Amino acid sequence: MLTIAQDLVDQIVAHARRDHPDEACGIVAGPVGSDHPERFVPMLNAAMSPTFYEFDSGDLLKLYRDLDARGEEPVVVYHSHTATPAYPSRTDVAYASEPAAHYLLVSTRDPAVDEVRSYRIVDGEITEEEVRCVAVLDSA
Amino acid sequence: MAVEVRIPTILRPYTAGAKAVEGTGATLDDLIADLESRHPGLRDRLVENDQLRRFVNVYLNDEDVRFLGGLTAAVAEGDNVTILPAVAGGAC
Repeated sequence: MLTIAQDLVDQIVAHARRDHPDEACGIVAGPVGSDHPERFVPMLNAAMSPTFYEFDSGDLLKLYRDLDARGEEPVVVYHSHTATPAYPSRTDVAYASEPAAHYLLVSTRDPAVDEVRSYRIVDGEITEEEVRCVAVLDSA
Repeated sequence: MAVEVRIPTILRPYTAGAKAVEGTGATLDDLIADLESRHPGLRDRLVENDQLRRFVNVYLNDEDVRFLGGLTAAVAEGDNVTILPAVAGGAC
């Protein structure tokens, strides 16, 4: 299960809506090993595409340097699908490389419905999990 | 002296959990071959058909090696190499 502050989900959905019809992407960082998503980090989709996303390679290096310096890891890796359901594609699975992360998908295909779902993707296997939105995340 | 190579979480099973390892070589290709001799399996996760895999980013002193000649990039003592999996995906 992913437990996450409603405010963070709102920011992720707002990012996805803003970048529609291109895919939006980013992470929510938290202390290593905590499973606590705390710091919203929207990233540029270097592909600027409605069907693909990729963090810019320079941005990726800076992001990971910053996470290391802060003692953080990507607790949530999010991206949007803009014409298809919020379910991991074959490409998403092929690229998934953070076995400890929650992969949060937002579909913006319906302007009136925010479809937000979360998955673990480990060794090519997709496991959907419940998303529990809370007003404030309890401190660990 | 050697080159320090930072290993991402997903590849640490090949380095007994180490976040960084050391290796030697005149080029990135040599360096990866040297690492492979002590960390079997690592090369296959980085290289396919003698090219860096599409979904792996390798940085030499903070520069993406794709701009430095890929596997042929020259490395020297004291350089640092960082390996990061691409964060990417798509709708299909």
